[in-house]
Amino acid sequence: MSDAAIQVENLGKRYRIGQRERYLTLRDVLANALKAPLRLFERRAGDAGRPSHIWALKDVNFDVREGEVVGLIGRNGAGKTTLLKILARVTKPTSGSAEIRGRVGSLLEVGTGFHPELTGRENVYLSGAILGMRKKAIDRLFDAIVAFSEVEQFLDTPLKHYSTGMQMRLAFAVAAHLEPEILLIDEVLAVGDIEFQRKCLSKMGDVARGGRTILFVSHQMNQIRRLCQRVFWIDHGQVRASGPAGEIVGAYEAAQMAGEETSGRCFLRWDFADGGNTVRHHLQELTVRLHVQVSEPVFQGHLGLAVQNDANFTVVGWGFDGLQLPPGVHELHVQIPMLPIRPGAYTLLCSLFNRGNNLTGGHLLDLWHAVPALVVETPPLSHPQDQWAGVLNIPAQLRIPEAQAVHTGQLEENS
Amino acid sequence: MSAASHPISHAAAQTVRIVPPRGFDLDLAELWAERELLYFFVWRDIKVRYKQTAIGAVWVVLQPFLTMVVFSIFFGKLAKLPSNGLPYPIFYYCALLPWTYFAGALQNATNTVVEHQRVITKVYFPRLLLPLSSVLSGLLDFGIGLIVLMAMMLYYRIGAGPAFLLVPAFLLLAILTALGVGLWLAALNAIYRDVRYALPFLVQFWLFASPVAYPSTLVPEKWRWLYGLNPMAGVVEGFRWALTGRGPAPGPMLFASVGAVLVLLVGGLLYFQKVEGTIADVV
Repeated sequence: MSDAAIQVENLGKRYRIGQRERYLTLRDVLANALKAPLRLFERRAGDAGRPSHIWALKDVNFDVREGEVVGLIGRNGAGKTTLLKILARVTKPTSGSAEIRGRVGSLLEVGTGFHPELTGRENVYLSGAILGMRKKAIDRLFDAIVAFSEVEQFLDTPLKHYSTGMQMRLAFAVAAHLEPEILLIDEVLAVGDIEFQRKCLSKMGDVARGGRTILFVSHQMNQIRRLCQRVFWIDHGQVRASGPAGEIVGAYEAAQMAGEETSGRCFLRWDFADGGNTVRHHLQELTVRLHVQVSEPVFQGHLGLAVQNDANFTVVGWGFDGLQLPPGVHELHVQIPMLPIRPGAYTLLCSLFNRGNNLTGGHLLDLWHAVPALVVETPPLSHPQDQWAGVLNIPAQLRIPEAQAVHTGQLEENS
Repeated sequence: MSAASHPISHAAAQTVRIVPPRGFDLDLAELWAERELLYFFVWRDIKVRYKQTAIGAVWVVLQPFLTMVVFSIFFGKLAKLPSNGLPYPIFYYCALLPWTYFAGALQNATNTVVEHQRVITKVYFPRLLLPLSSVLSGLLDFGIGLIVLMAMMLYYRIGAGPAFLLVPAFLLLAILTALGVGLWLAALNAIYRDVRYALPFLVQFWLFASPVAYPSTLVPEKWRWLYGLNPMAGVVEGFRWALTGRGPAPGPMLFASVGAVLVLLVGGLLYFQKVEGTIADVV
C-alpha cells in the first residue's frame, strides 16, 4: 500500500481505570503506598485478578489513501478522539503502530494556543505557529485569515475583550488556512452562528476537494455525509464497520434509532471475562464485566442486572445493594455460576442507582439496554419444539429401570 | 488560499511512525526544525509578561536592585562579609544578576508544562520546546539587568578586564543549569503538583548555598571543588570574576560546576523524555 497516507496496524491504547487523565500529588502516592498492604489483603479476600486497565482502543487496523476524506463516527467514549490524538501524536499508543506519510495538522480544538492578553493579530501568529504553520506562510495568508474571520476592526484589541463568537471565528480562520497534507479534525465545525458554520463547511469542502487527506470526527451526520467519501464506525475502541459514507452512516443511524447505540449516562459497555458477549456452554461460569463511568461518588448505591428475552420477559435478574464508587471509570464484575438459558439473543438490562435502590427512593443514574446483545450459543438441550422448550436449557436424561419398561415403551420408540 | 494551488509533493512527504513509547529518542533534528515555534513561545512569554504588569520593565530592574541594596546593608555594612575588595553594591549585583535570571528561569520552566496542559492535550510539538523557551525568555531581563550593571560600574569607576569576554560562556553555563534543573522540575511538576509549592523553598536554600551573599573564598580551599558541585557556585563566581576582573579566577570549582551541569542536563533530558510520552495522559 504505497499510496496509503495513514496506515494503522493493531493500534491500542490502554488507560488505567479510575486514573484516566488525572495527575497525582505526593499525598496520593503516599496514601497509595500505605494502602498497598491493605489492598493485597483485599485481593486475597475476594476480587482476585481484577483488571485495573481499560482499553480505549484495541486492535484497530485501517488504511486511509492519499487525498481521501474519511469520517469517524461512533458514540461518545467509543475511542474516536483517542484515535485522533494518537495520530496527532498528542498521546502515544500502548500497542501497535501507525505510519503517517505527510505533514500532519491537527485541529482537536478551536483556538489552540490562544492567549487572552495578546491582540488578535498576535494570536493569529501564535496559534498558527503552534498548529504547525511557518511564519512565512502566516505572513502570506494573514490577510486571507483576517478576511475570513470578519474581525478586522478588532485586530489590535487584546483577545480577552473579544466575544466568544469572535474568538471562535478568528480561531477557525487560522485553522482553515492550515496547509498540511493530512488534516485531523475533531468536531470543530460546531462553532459560531449558522451563517459562519455554513462558511466553515464550504471552506472544509474546498479543502477536501483540494486533494488533502482528512480524518474527520463528527456527531453531525449531515456533515459526514456531505464531506466524507468513506466512514469508519468506531465502537468500543474498535472499527465496527467501514465503507462508503452513505452506507455506514445509514447503518449507524439505524442502530441509534433502535436505541442500540445509546450507551447510558453511566454504563459504557459490557462483556464477559473472555472479552466476548457469547455464552457457549450451558454450565459455564460467567463473569459479566460492566464498564461504568460515574461523575458523582456513589454511596449505598444499587446495581440491577436482568436478562430479558425477545419478548421482554425477564428470564433472570439480580440486584446488588451497598455499592460504593468514587467518581471515575470502574469495572463491575458480576459472577454467575451458570446461565443455562435457551439459545438466542437476550437483552442485558442494567440499572445503577445512587443512595438507595428502586424501592428505597434511590436516584436512578442510568438504565441501560446493554449493547451488544447477550448471545447464547449453546446447543439446544431442552424440548425440540419451541412451545415446550421453556426458557431454560438444562439437559435431561431418560433412564428406564427394567421393571417399568412396559409403561414407557412408547417414548422409547420415539427416540 | 486555495488548497488546489498547493499540490502535495510526493518527494517532500515525510513519514512519521507512531509507536508505543520506548527508551531514549531525543530528536535534535526535529527540535531544530521547530526553532520557529521556539521563537514564538519566547516572544509570547516576553510579550505577555510585559503586558500584564503595570510598570513592565521596571520590575526587571527593581528586583535585583533592591535585593542588592538589602544585601549591601545587612551582609556588607552590618555583617562586614568580605567582598574581594569590590564595593558592596557591585559585589552583590554581579552575583544577583545571574541568580535572578536562574531563579526566574527555574520558576517558569517548572510551571510551563502544567500551564500548557490545554495545548499539550490538543496538538503535537516537541515538548522540550516548553522548558527551553521558558529558560530563554528570561534572557531579555538579564540583558536589561546587565545594562544597569554597566551603569553601576561606570559610577563606581570599575573597568571591565579582558575576562569580560568570557561573560557569554558563563551565561551559557547559567542557561544550561536552569535548563537542566528546569527539565527535572517541569517533568516532576506534571506528575506531582507538590513541586510547585516546594520550589520557593528550594530556590531560597539554593541562594544561600551559592556564593551570592558571600564570596566563595569563605569556603576552605580544599573543599571548594565539592562546593562547585552546586553549579550555581561556578556560575556566580564566574560572573563576578568575568564582569569585574577582580578576585580569583574560579579554578577547580568551575570544573566541578561544569561537570555537575552536564550530569543534570543529560539526566533531565532523559527524565523529561520518559515523562513526555505520558504527559498528555496525566496533566
